[in-house]
Amino acid sequence: MSEPREITYAQAVREALRQAMQRDPQVFLLGEDIGVYGGAFGVTDGLLDEFGSERVRDTPLSEAVIAGTAIGAAVTGMRPVAEIQFMDFITLAMEQLVLQAAKMRYMFGGKARVPMVLRTPAGSGTGAAAQHSESLEAWFVHVPGLKVVMPSTPYDAKGLLLAAIADDNPVIFIEHKLLYKTKGFVPEEYYTLPLATSEIKRKGKDLTLIATSVLVARALEAATQLAQEGIEIEIIDPRTLKPLDTAAMIQSVCKTGKALVVHEAPMTGGFGGEIVAQLCASEAFDFLDAPIRRLAGLDVPIPYNRELEKRAVPQVADIVREARALVRGEY
Amino acid sequence: MNTTNGVGRNDLSRAQLNDALCKMYQIRLFEERAEALYMQGKIHGTMHLSIGQEAAAVGACLALRADDYILSTHRGHGHCIAKGADLNLMMAEFFGKEVGYCRGRGGSMHIADVDGGNLGANGVVGGGLPIAPGVGLGIQMQKRDQVCVCFFGDGAANEGAFHESLNLSAIWKLPVIYVCENNQYGMSMPFEKAFAIEKISTRAVSYGMPGITVDGNDLSQVYQATTDAVARARSGQGPSLIECVTYRWRGHSKSDRQKYRTREEVKEWQARDPITLLRAKLVQVGLFSEMELDVITQEAQQTIDNAAAFAESATEPDPASILDGVYV
Repeated sequence: MSEPREITYAQAVREALRQAMQRDPQVFLLGEDIGVYGGAFGVTDGLLDEFGSERVRDTPLSEAVIAGTAIGAAVTGMRPVAEIQFMDFITLAMEQLVLQAAKMRYMFGGKARVPMVLRTPAGSGTGAAAQHSESLEAWFVHVPGLKVVMPSTPYDAKGLLLAAIADDNPVIFIEHKLLYKTKGFVPEEYYTLPLATSEIKRKGKDLTLIATSVLVARALEAATQLAQEGIEIEIIDPRTLKPLDTAAMIQSVCKTGKALVVHEAPMTGGFGGEIVAQLCASEAFDFLDAPIRRLAGLDVPIPYNRELEKRAVPQVADIVREARALVRGEY
Repeated sequence: MNTTNGVGRNDLSRAQLNDALCKMYQIRLFEERAEALYMQGKIHGTMHLSIGQEAAAVGACLALRADDYILSTHRGHGHCIAKGADLNLMMAEFFGKEVGYCRGRGGSMHIADVDGGNLGANGVVGGGLPIAPGVGLGIQMQKRDQVCVCFFGDGAANEGAFHESLNLSAIWKLPVIYVCENNQYGMSMPFEKAFAIEKISTRAVSYGMPGITVDGNDLSQVYQATTDAVARARSGQGPSLIECVTYRWRGHSKSDRQKYRTREEVKEWQARDPITLLRAKLVQVGLFSEMELDVITQEAQQTIDNAAAFAESATEPDPASILDGVYV
């Protein structure tokens, strides 16, 4: 393997798309403004020139039919990668994803395959307010038949997207807008990361912190601050929410005795609840010396005002405060 | 019009007509049997019967090749049989048996024969519409010359999915034939109250595709309209919309008390039974004798009897296999 270069998360996603299309002629892209415009966040920039309008297909504003077209093409032998411009607009495609893509194989007795990926940027922090800032991952985790991937780094984004495209199941691939410009080391070669492995992003002994997507980066920053106080937190990123790899987090909690689960989506009914339940139902329960805590978005539509928007979802300072309190027994 | 045998244009052979009538009988008799088995408690759940609509399903599928695709609806038994399903495997599915088309996971409302090009009945009204351009695109991008018939009803024509689907197929010139079975009711909602237009086919204009309304109880009209649309689709000219005006004799589903229509109305439509109409025409033009037609009927009956016996004696799925097929 060549020396990994530092590239952005958006570049990593684009490189994955490019390499998947180079390797497999069945792979193609469809979505709104992904061609000349390059996608609302520039992720597909340049791919139209490289692969042509046959394989980089601009669609009309028709989210249901973007999802449906991916399903129909997938079931007849293609490997479509659809983009829904903002995760909020996935609501317009819910029927196709939940009632068709997820169920087709099972309902037909295992005789159909739906190898499609639906990429979508999620999350707040851009000032776009309540209808362009959703984090709806928990909805999809709740649907048997779908896989849900939520990478937090450029390296994970590339490897997981290539794995998602190679997978024969429908995969919801959730990118975070604030991560697009973040940088990380990424090998130039084609590589895949398994869709069911979490990763320890930082080693520590005092607290297990399980975070997803943009909150992984914030947790790492919080951990650096806490290290100066002598608190060492271990950070685990599930990377794939479904299927979920719980082995590392259970093992970690057995070691630290404390767990904090952090995500951007609203707390109530959020994916963190599932992680807490899995930990409580595991051997880690016997090792807990404090209640498992959750730090998540407030139960509020994402507000427009800069300060309110920040307040609606966990920030570095919130993680520092919660983690410190938990380690010191001040919850 | 180039008519040689009086049943339609000269491309419907005696063998095709024999097959078409046989399939129409199979649909009628299959559904009557399924209904009876439901009443006996041998088939559970619910079912949506297409009795009275056989000419639309058979006429459309008669214009297809074995390797073409269909997307079906919740009222999909007829489509499944018309596309060439094995009745034993189909009835076994209704019984929820392991050998059934969907291993007992789908039942009546999700009957599918993926290998036979039937990409499934659909529990969602209009649920197949957004998938249709995808099937067309899969065909087009892989440079195959298949087509996809997307069946849907008058009810589905008022779903937003209808608009998105027809538009995309039209702009990308996809090989999709939209066959709307206008059976006069979306559950209890009459066509006249749900539409401010007289013909659903006129909506084709909005998408820049041909639209035609045919007598859905006349096999040859449905066949010819579909044949034209298939030729257009196969030659890369894009989609078409065909409205088949027909009528469902039974209620929407097994819970329907049919308070929204009169017995007289049902009788009027039953007087235009698509099977009786086809039989009369075949005898009138001298292609078949009454005796030959009776043999076709009896053979159809026999296949249904066999299917019911096969299905009843087939084994149940192993409960331990419940998760099979959720993921690849």
